[in-house]
Amino acid sequence: MKIVGIPRGLFYFYYYPLWKSFFVNLGAQVVTSAETNRLTVERGIEAMVDESCFPIKVYFGHIRELCKNQIDYLFIPRIVSVEQRSYICPKFMGIPDMVKARIPNLPAVIDTIIDFSKDKKLMQKEIIRTGKIFTEKTSRINDAYKAAYQELQFCKALAAQGYTMAEAIHIWEGKSPPCPSAVAELRVGILGHGYSLYDERVSMNIINHLRLMGCKVILPESLDKETIENQAATLPKRVFWTLGRKMVGSALHMAQREDIDGIIYVACFGCGPDSLIGEIIERKVKNKPFMLITVDEHTGEAGLLTRLEAFCDMLKRRRKETFANHLPTYG
Amino acid sequence: MLITFPHMGNVHIPIKTLLKKLELDIVAPPPITQRTLELGVKHSPEFACLPLKINIGNFIEAMDKGADTIIMAGGWGPCRFGYYAQVERDILKDLGYDFQMIILEAPDSNVNQLLNQVKAIGERVTLWEVMKAVKFVWHQINAVDTIEKAFEFHLARTSEKETAEHLYKTGLESISNCLSRKEIDTVCRQTVEKFTKLPRHEQPILKIGLVGEVYTILEPVCNFNIVSYLGHLNAEVSRSIYLADWINDHLFKGLIKKSNRRRIYDLASPYLNYWVGGHGRETIGYTVGFARQSFDGVIQIGPLTCMPEIVAQSVLNLVSEEEQIPCMTLYFDEHSGAAGVYTRLEAFTDMLNRKKKADLMRRQGRP
Ligand code: SF4
Repeated sequence: MKIVGIPRGLFYFYYYPLWKSFFVNLGAQVVTSAETNRLTVERGIEAMVDESCFPIKVYFGHIRELCKNQIDYLFIPRIVSVEQRSYICPKFMGIPDMVKARIPNLPAVIDTIIDFSKDKKLMQKEIIRTGKIFTEKTSRINDAYKAAYQELQFCKALAAQGYTMAEAIHIWEGKSPPCPSAVAELRVGILGHGYSLYDERVSMNIINHLRLMGCKVILPESLDKETIENQAATLPKRVFWTLGRKMVGSALHMAQREDIDGIIYVACFGCGPDSLIGEIIERKVKNKPFMLITVDEHTGEAGLLTRLEAFCDMLKRRRKETFANHLPTYG
Repeated sequence: MLITFPHMGNVHIPIKTLLKKLELDIVAPPPITQRTLELGVKHSPEFACLPLKINIGNFIEAMDKGADTIIMAGGWGPCRFGYYAQVERDILKDLGYDFQMIILEAPDSNVNQLLNQVKAIGERVTLWEVMKAVKFVWHQINAVDTIEKAFEFHLARTSEKETAEHLYKTGLESISNCLSRKEIDTVCRQTVEKFTKLPRHEQPILKIGLVGEVYTILEPVCNFNIVSYLGHLNAEVSRSIYLADWINDHLFKGLIKKSNRRRIYDLASPYLNYWVGGHGRETIGYTVGFARQSFDGVIQIGPLTCMPEIVAQSVLNLVSEEEQIPCMTLYFDEHSGAAGVYTRLEAFTDMLNRKKKADLMRRQGRP
């Protein structure tokens, strides 16, 4: 049986169920790297140029870990675009080339091009090209993809209920769901690219910290897609980064929701789109507490905790004040 | 309506000419100074790339001089540049400036719409005059490129560097004042002739390819005048981007003249096999091209955190090895200092000179 390695970084957090099922349906075995840890980070920093953003370095770390295993293929898709007229980021478009230039002795690389920027035809071709590595039967490839797509929908449905994508993937793989936090005093919207937000090492476990501090976290995946798009469309120009648009739309929507106390944006140090998107959101969200947290390999958990606590305290005070203001004045 | 625009190297020459020909009133931003940069840094997002910050500085200084309309280029990603104008407008509005922003972008690659936009700005003149103006300016742009190339060639070879610098400056000034294409041709020819007559030195000449992000390449303030600094070190610089190419490719989608993009992309593979926005693919393609034309070295420059250039930089090590060409990457941001940049440039050219000498000796059979 052929073994395919899928690095646990970047769009793993959005598409792993689809990718894994596709390869498994075609008779392959799939392995992933361990959850991001100190070694992952060290290996990544060593392999990638200093000036890169943190998530790309982490991705390189995952690939180097996988290379130590006995695998036949390494799945490093070239994700150009997942919807019409939008992109993820230039780095996503160049990643197979970057990896090949910087990591020696790679196993065979499956560099499926995912590009919906014009239409769906290219994707069709790429699915077949990828499937052909494992079988000659086109119908089998198409079936494998269709079934895999259903698996992804299952995870997305879980995320819509409020689980993070990482948790949704866990549950999908048959592990038990995390227990819901006790009473939630506050509701906080959290935004950021999935691979930084849901990677507990990259985001310094920010989501769980907030939960422990008595917050219910609201994530972009739990919001209605159309609502997000409509909000994002209020900007004078379409945001051509898929994730950026999702974040702007989510932020604008959250800003209007009475039940959300505050919004946190987790940006990555050195991230191009974030440097502008964070700014746009900060200028547009004026009626609600907003905090921008930039994470990188040097971010310390202690400092982060202090900031989160201060933010939550402020939200609580604010809530009390609003509550007091709404009390009837007679009595 | 008092129009202003962002600086980018010599781009102000054709812009001024075009706007004047469209009978519009302009307030050019003052030349970029430390103050421009400080204003930009103060009001821009901390992690935005350097060109955006300099743009903001330009706009503030121009509006303080009375400008009320900004002309800016746009784009559709994935590079950040395409969203600059949007963020810049928000920043300036929040600062309390009252202005209008005209963003020139070919909406989803539709060149007709772009021409219509130009026409809409030039409402005082006929379409015929717009076309004439565009043609004239195109001629001017090519003249600017000719002079820049002559400067790059002769500065490295002459012993009278200051005279060369002076010739370059006066040449460009005359070109910006020319009223007819014929006049431009004459000035161009005369300037090139004067360059040719400069006395030469006997030192070896290094040939260095300059690749990278467009703004950093075209704007000397942004790159610490790298072309001229290298010229003083007897290194001749050839760039991957000249003004005409950028305007042709970026604004007019290759409509004015046939671009050599295809050839560059072929050179870029197998190292970089897909477009990555900005000029990432050009950076690699030109590096390979320079290597195969026996250049001595390549310098990649860009603003710090520039995404397409980081992609290119990530594969540059392999290109350098396989094509056997020494490469160096320099990023710039508001914290860059001239001393640091110049030290690295000198170290690089020293290394290239040593290598060149050793190669020569080897070829002559000496140990
Ligand atoms: S979008 Fe930002 S964080 Fe993601 S790869 Fe690109 S630069 Fe890095």
